[in-house]
Amino acid sequence: MNTNFKRRILLKGTMTAGLAAVAATAGLLTPRLVMAAWPGAAFEAKKIDGALTTLVGSSAMTKSGDVKIKAPSIAENGAVVNVVVKTKMADVESISILVEQNATPLAFNVELAKTATPFVKTRIKIGKTSEVIGVVKAGGKLYSATKKVKVTVGGCGG
Amino acid sequence: MRLNIVLKGDEAAIRVLIKHPMETGMRKDKASGKVLPANYIQTLAIAHKGQTVVNANCGVAVSKDPFFFFKVKGVAAGDAIKISWKDNTGKTEEKEEKVA
Repeated sequence: MNTNFKRRILLKGTMTAGLAAVAATAGLLTPRLVMAAWPGAAFEAKKIDGALTTLVGSSAMTKSGDVKIKAPSIAENGAVVNVVVKTKMADVESISILVEQNATPLAFNVELAKTATPFVKTRIKIGKTSEVIGVVKAGGKLYSATKKVKVTVGGCGG
Repeated sequence: MRLNIVLKGDEAAIRVLIKHPMETGMRKDKASGKVLPANYIQTLAIAHKGQTVVNANCGVAVSKDPFFFFKVKGVAAGDAIKISWKDNTGKTEEKEEKVA
């Protein structure tokens, strides 16, 4: 069964990234976390749709009450805003944090192995008042939750 | 890099604090008026007993001196947890700790 699982991952990997698949067969990486390269194009995308399509293959999100996002309603300092995204869903593959009004919306993304709890907390910069979007990829689909953060001093200027 | 791992049952709460400027490449130095070159962490990975369990990607919108908090299950006291990161200039740092 284990061999089958690895083969499936290998096949999946071959379609997306040849080199990563080679690394996976060599046992250098966990099969589940094949994509090791930094997804630069997603982080440079100027629109949420583009960023998500590049990153996770689709931008079709379903708003879900099962995705919880925690961020302050008013951030006095946009340079340091605490954000928590968590869910109780099963089979979570990744969690992403996007800031709608930032020049490049994608702020943070994490791929999680099966043993990692679908939970993340970090601090991000928010340029001006914006919706912050938490996107959970579970079972191949995207689920989201948003929270509006009002910024009084921006985080992207000098 | 500061690492704080707290084990509760079989779930490890892993908090990471890294000293890093996280420069966006869009800010200007006020004194010289020159654009400060981009300098930010791109990837951060957590390995539990040699297996990658968390693989994080950051953009320039992650705050200066970044803080991350993850939770990993199936952890026992004495297990090795390794954190490593790499920034856009190629600089890397890693730290391994045994779970207390």
